[in-house]
Amino acid sequence: MTVVGDDDTASTASPGDSLFDRLRRGDAAAVARALSAIETGGPQADVVRGRLQSLDGAARVVGFSGPPGVGKSTLVNAYIDELRSQARSVAVLAVDPSSPVTGGAVLGDRTRMGNHTSDPGVFIRSVASRGHLGGLALSIPSMLDVLDAAGFDDIVLEAVGAGQSEVEISHFADTTVILSAPGLGDDVQAIKAGILEVADVLVVNKADLPGADETRRHLEAMLELRDTVTSPPVLPVVALHGNGIGAMTQAIDQNHAAQDASCGPQRRASEALRQAAIAELTRRIAADPELDRLGAAIHRGDINLADAVGALINRAASPDERNQP
Amino acid sequence: MSTPLRVLVTKIGFDGHDRGSRLVAAFLRDAGHEVVYTPPWQEISAVVTLALQEDVDVIGVSSLATDHLIVPDLMEALCDAGLDHVEVIVGGIVPDNEIPLLTDAGVARVFGPGSSREDIVDGVEELGRSAQQRKLSRGGFEA
Repeated sequence: MTVVGDDDTASTASPGDSLFDRLRRGDAAAVARALSAIETGGPQADVVRGRLQSLDGAARVVGFSGPPGVGKSTLVNAYIDELRSQARSVAVLAVDPSSPVTGGAVLGDRTRMGNHTSDPGVFIRSVASRGHLGGLALSIPSMLDVLDAAGFDDIVLEAVGAGQSEVEISHFADTTVILSAPGLGDDVQAIKAGILEVADVLVVNKADLPGADETRRHLEAMLELRDTVTSPPVLPVVALHGNGIGAMTQAIDQNHAAQDASCGPQRRASEALRQAAIAELTRRIAADPELDRLGAAIHRGDINLADAVGALINRAASPDERNQP
Repeated sequence: MSTPLRVLVTKIGFDGHDRGSRLVAAFLRDAGHEVVYTPPWQEISAVVTLALQEDVDVIGVSSLATDHLIVPDLMEALCDAGLDHVEVIVGGIVPDNEIPLLTDAGVARVFGPGSSREDIVDGVEELGRSAQQRKLSRGGFEA
């Protein structure tokens, strides 16, 4: 945009005030730039990550997941209302899927959080999953570190509309809230393995609709069958009208109180390392010509699967030796 | 594939005709870009906040019922917020004699009726890349 007039009047930075200093003060433009740097990757991402190391803030991370259309964004909106009424600053990362075909995405989660756009105590960022499976995006751990360093009291993580196996959110959130709603499946769905098992708090949203009590009973019956000491509470909520949000917030607070607060950032670092290592290993193996040769050898019966796996991983671990005969 | 552009597709003012903006959002998605989509009736201050938090490269404003007349106010607000690297395009119904009002205010392109998918996607990509360059040239994080 070439606006008539002075081009540089707009800068909010004072001299000697670096972009990272602004980030630490929670300046929205600097936070947004850092998040983009992380997403884009490359030298700027390395710089930001380097400066974020051991800069833990005190943010609590709450994750929300559940099937598409269950009301995640609406519930997040209501939860922001609640946090703001306690004068806590909130950052939201709302993940939507990228197209597996074109890589494009329409990010519409914040459509349902519109009434917080004018509130300077709320920062909302839409994130495209960019091909990452698991319900989040590969950049999420570092993006959480950015928001933590920016000093937000609470970070809300909204996952892609999840099926049954997108449990990644529970690795990054201090408290994981899983949503269900009436009409999404019978009691057999409730006993299947999956996201219900990683819930710290279970919410039955749209609890004013017929069948809500039945959904709640199915979930409670599922919990009774599980061999665990503590069960997550099952809470009826009508996110659209804010009903039940107080009880949900209390349950989230109780779950936080029961945890060691210092574990979060370190757990994020370990999980980010695990994911990055797997991604790098996958990339190296996919690019290794030996993959097809070993595949053919398995097919002929010359080598067994386990030995071939060992050979591929060894090659991926020391790529410099590949060029040797 | 190169880094996707981030594009805000929105409507300001009182016009609620959002078929065009949804269509353009889908065009850009299918071209591999990340579109932050809003419903109609956004305030100018909300568009500025969205553009800032989402760090978009291009803002597309759809206007079918004279709301393009407040786009110059949007341009000023973006500039005040330090977002003068962002490219703004307008699509929809803009009378020929009012196009200079927009371009003089800094709007990069106006896409009228009959604009093809290719016109829009190519235009957004060209503008978006230059917006990204401009942002980079203003310096980043230092080690």
